[in-house]
Amino acid sequence: MVQATIERTVSDEAVGTLRELLVFTLGDEQYAIDILKVQEIRGYESVTRIAGAPAFIKGVVNLRGSIVPIVDMRLKFALGEASYTPFTVVIILNVLERTVGIVVDGVSDVIQLAPDAIREAPEFGAAVDTAYIEGLSQVGDSMVIVMDIERLMSSAEMSLMEIERHAQSGQQQGGAVNG
Amino acid sequence: MSIDMSQFHQVFFDETDEHLANMESLLLELDLAAPDEESLNAIFRAAHSIKGGSATFGFSDLAELTHVLENLLDRVRKGTMALTSPMVDAFLHAKDVLGAMLAAHRGHGAAVVGDDVATVRSELEAFAAADDPARQTIPATPVAAAAAEKHTLFIEIDADSGADIPAIIADLGMQGALETVQDAAGDPVRPWVLRLDSPLDVTEASETLSFVLAPESFRITRDLGADESDGFGLFIGAPAAPDPDVAFEEDGFGLFTPLATASTPPEDDSFGLFEPLSTAEAVAAKTTPAAPAAAAHVERGVGGGENSIRVNIEKVDLLLNLVGELVITQSMLVQSGSVLDPVDHERLLNGINLLQRNSRELQEAVMSIRMTPVAFVFNRFPRVVRDMAQKLDKQVELKMVGENTELDKSFIEKLSDPLTHLVRNSLDHGIEAPEVRVAKGKPAQGQLTLRAFHQGGSIVIEVTDDGAGLNRERILAKARERGMAVTDTMSDDEVWGLIFEPGFSTAAAVTDVSGRGVGMDVVKRNILTLGGRVEIDSLPDYGTTIGIHLPLTLAIMDGMSVRIGQETYILPLSFILESLQPVAGDVKSVNGRGRVVNVRGEYLPIVTLAQMFHVPDAKRAPTEAILIIVESAGTRVALMVDDLIGQQQFVVKNLENNYHKVDGLSGATILGDGHVALILDVSTIVRSNQKAAQGLTALAVAEA
Repeated sequence: MVQATIERTVSDEAVGTLRELLVFTLGDEQYAIDILKVQEIRGYESVTRIAGAPAFIKGVVNLRGSIVPIVDMRLKFALGEASYTPFTVVIILNVLERTVGIVVDGVSDVIQLAPDAIREAPEFGAAVDTAYIEGLSQVGDSMVIVMDIERLMSSAEMSLMEIERHAQSGQQQGGAVNG
Repeated sequence: MSIDMSQFHQVFFDETDEHLANMESLLLELDLAAPDEESLNAIFRAAHSIKGGSATFGFSDLAELTHVLENLLDRVRKGTMALTSPMVDAFLHAKDVLGAMLAAHRGHGAAVVGDDVATVRSELEAFAAADDPARQTIPATPVAAAAAEKHTLFIEIDADSGADIPAIIADLGMQGALETVQDAAGDPVRPWVLRLDSPLDVTEASETLSFVLAPESFRITRDLGADESDGFGLFIGAPAAPDPDVAFEEDGFGLFTPLATASTPPEDDSFGLFEPLSTAEAVAAKTTPAAPAAAAHVERGVGGGENSIRVNIEKVDLLLNLVGELVITQSMLVQSGSVLDPVDHERLLNGINLLQRNSRELQEAVMSIRMTPVAFVFNRFPRVVRDMAQKLDKQVELKMVGENTELDKSFIEKLSDPLTHLVRNSLDHGIEAPEVRVAKGKPAQGQLTLRAFHQGGSIVIEVTDDGAGLNRERILAKARERGMAVTDTMSDDEVWGLIFEPGFSTAAAVTDVSGRGVGMDVVKRNILTLGGRVEIDSLPDYGTTIGIHLPLTLAIMDGMSVRIGQETYILPLSFILESLQPVAGDVKSVNGRGRVVNVRGEYLPIVTLAQMFHVPDAKRAPTEAILIIVESAGTRVALMVDDLIGQQQFVVKNLENNYHKVDGLSGATILGDGHVALILDVSTIVRSNQKAAQGLTALAVAEA
C-alpha cells in the first residue's frame, strides 16, 4: 500500500487544490498521472495487430464499440520483459479527445498531492524523457515521477497522432512518424 | 430586455446566413430582361426577414442597411423600378457587406469598416434617387445617419401578467421615446398603457414583448395617422381584445423556421418572417425560451414547399451509431444461430433472418439522412466564377452537372475549400483571355464544368476547363529550378503530380487570386485525409480536368471476411468479382518480379497480402490459397488469402478517431465475437500495384 503523505510548506504561493493522481509502475520506476485523464483500467486481451505500426504499438482493441490503440510502454521505453498474462494491466486514457490504452507493469494507488509537493526534477536518467516529467514527489518511502501523460501521448515519438496534431499542441516535430 | 436574448442569436445568425445565400443565388439567376416575379418576391422577403430579425436583436447596423436594400427591392418587385446589371452588382455588394457584418457579430470577422457600409449605401441610394424621383408612397429611404422610420405605438400591458413590468418599460424605453400614459403599479384592474415612439413597428414590438409576456397580457395598436409602416398587413394592430391566434400563436418570430423557398400562400402574407408553426410548438417556444435552437421545428410547407426538419447533427450521428450497434448485435445473433440445428430452431432462425432484413433497411434509411446533395457545395460557384471572371477580364460560362449526387455531409464541408482552389486555378491559369482564345480558334467564352457522379464505391467530382492545359515544359523547368529530380522521360501523369509539391507554382505573376503556390499541396492533403485522391488529366490547348475521388464510406458495408495467417481481414464486397483456387498450370512466375494468374485468358498479377501486411505463417503457394479477383478503377488484380470465412455486413469503424490513417486500410470493424478486424482499402492496394501489374501482365503475355 502506498501511503500518501501530503506535504505542506510555508510559501508565498497559496496551497492550491489537491491533485489526484494514479500511480503505476514501469520497470523500476513509479509514475503518477492525472487521474482525470484515466478512463478505466483493463486487462490485456485480443489486440488486433496493425501492419506497419512501430513495435511498441501492439494494435487496436474494441472498447465497447470504439477502436482504441494499445501502446506497450514497456516496449517503448525498453524496460525489461514485456509479458502478457491474465494479470497484465492496461490503463485506458482520455487525452486530447482521444482514447488510447497503455500497457504498464502494474497499477498502485490513487494519491493526492498538493501542488507544492511536486518538486522540480533534475536531469536524471528516467526512462521517460524529462520533457514529459512535471516533477518528483515523495510518497511514503518511494519517489514518484509525476508525468504529463497527455503531452507524452500526443508527442511525435508515440506515433499515435498525425503531425498536424503535434503542431497544434506545440510538440516537437519528431523524426519518422511511423518508426 | 430583461431576458438575455443572446441565446437566440445563434438561430438568428444561421437563418440570416440562409437568407443571404438564398438572396445571392436568386439574384444570380435573375434574367434581367424578364425577371421572374416570384424570385423578386423571394429576394425581397429574404431582405425583409433579415431586417426584422436584426431589429429585434438590436443589430442596428444590419437592420439599417437591409432597410435600404429592402426598399429598393420592393420597388423593383412592384415594377416601379427597372432592374439593371449594375443594380444587381450593387445588391450583391450589399449582400457581401451584410455577410461581413453578420460575421463580425458572430465574432468571426473584423468589424466592418464604416466606409464599406457607406459606399454600399450610397450605391444603393444612387439607384433609388436616379429612378423616378416622383415616387413617394413607400416610406422614404433613410438618409445617412437616420435610422429606420419611427412608429408610434400604444402598448397595453395587464398589471397582473406576472412579469416585472417596470423592467420591461425600462427596456422599451431604450428603443425610443416612451411615455407612460397610464401607470398601473399596484392597480389590480387597469392595465399599464404606454406610448412608444421608436423604430419598432407593431410586429417588432410584439415580438419583443412576447419573449417576456404571455400574448394575452398585452396589446399593441398603431397610432393611427402614422405612415404606412412595413407591417404590410401582417398584424392588423392587435385590437383591444387580444386575439392570440391572429398575431402571436402562429408566428415563430422568424427564429424557428427557415424561409420557405416556395411561394407563400396569399392568405398567409408573412414574408417568411412568421411561418406558421404548429401551435404546440409555438407555445412551447415562447413559454420556455430557455429551450432554443437545437429543438426540431416543423415548417408547414404549402404549395409544393419542402417538408423538412432542422435537426442537430449530433442526433443524427447518435442514431447512426445506434444502428451500427444494432448491426453488430444482429451479427452476434447470426453467429450464435449458425450452430443451431435449422430444423429444431426454425422459428428462431427465421426471426434472425427477418431481423437482418429489417436492420439493413433501417440502416440504409438512417445513412441516407446524412447524405446531402453536392449542390450545397456547388451553389457558391456561380458567384465565385462571376466575380473572378469579371476581375480577370475573362469570359467564362459555368456548367454544373450532377448536382443531385449525394455524399456524406461531413465531406460537403471539407470539399468546399479544395474545390474553390481548383476553380480559381482553372479561371486564373487555365482559361485564357478572350483574345488569346480567339487567336487559337476557340470561342472567346471559356467553359468551366463542375461534374459530380458515382463511380463504383466512390464519388467523383471533376473540375474541367477548356483552357490552355498544363504546360509540361514549364512544370519540368520549375521543378529543376527547385532542385527536384526530374527527367524528360517522366510520364505526363508524373509531371502533373509535381504541381502538388508545396510551394510549387509556375504562374508568371502572383495575383491575389492564385499563384503563391500554397494551394495544390493543401488540396491534395485535404483530400488524402478524407481517404480520397486527386487525379489530373490535361492536354495542351484542349483543357484540364482535375478529379477528386472520395470514398463513399458508408458506415455499414457488405464485406467478405478472409483469413490471412492467423488474422482476419475484411474486403468490401463491392470490389470483389470472383474468387478461385488456381491450378498450378495457371500460375506463372515472371522473372522473379512476381506472379500472375491466368483467368480465362487474362493474366492478372497476384498480390500476396501476407507480404504486404507482414503476416507470419500465411500460405505461400497460390495453389493452396484462395485468390480473390478484385477490380478498382478499371484495373484487376488477384489478392491472395488463406481462406474465405464468410460474407456479412460490417460496421465500419474509424481508425482516425483514436489513432491515425494507415496505408492500405480503410477502417476497422468489430466482429461478432468482439474482436477487431481490419478493412482493406482495395482501391489503394490495386493502385499501388498498378504499375507492377501492367509490367507483369505484359511480360506474362509475352512469355506465354
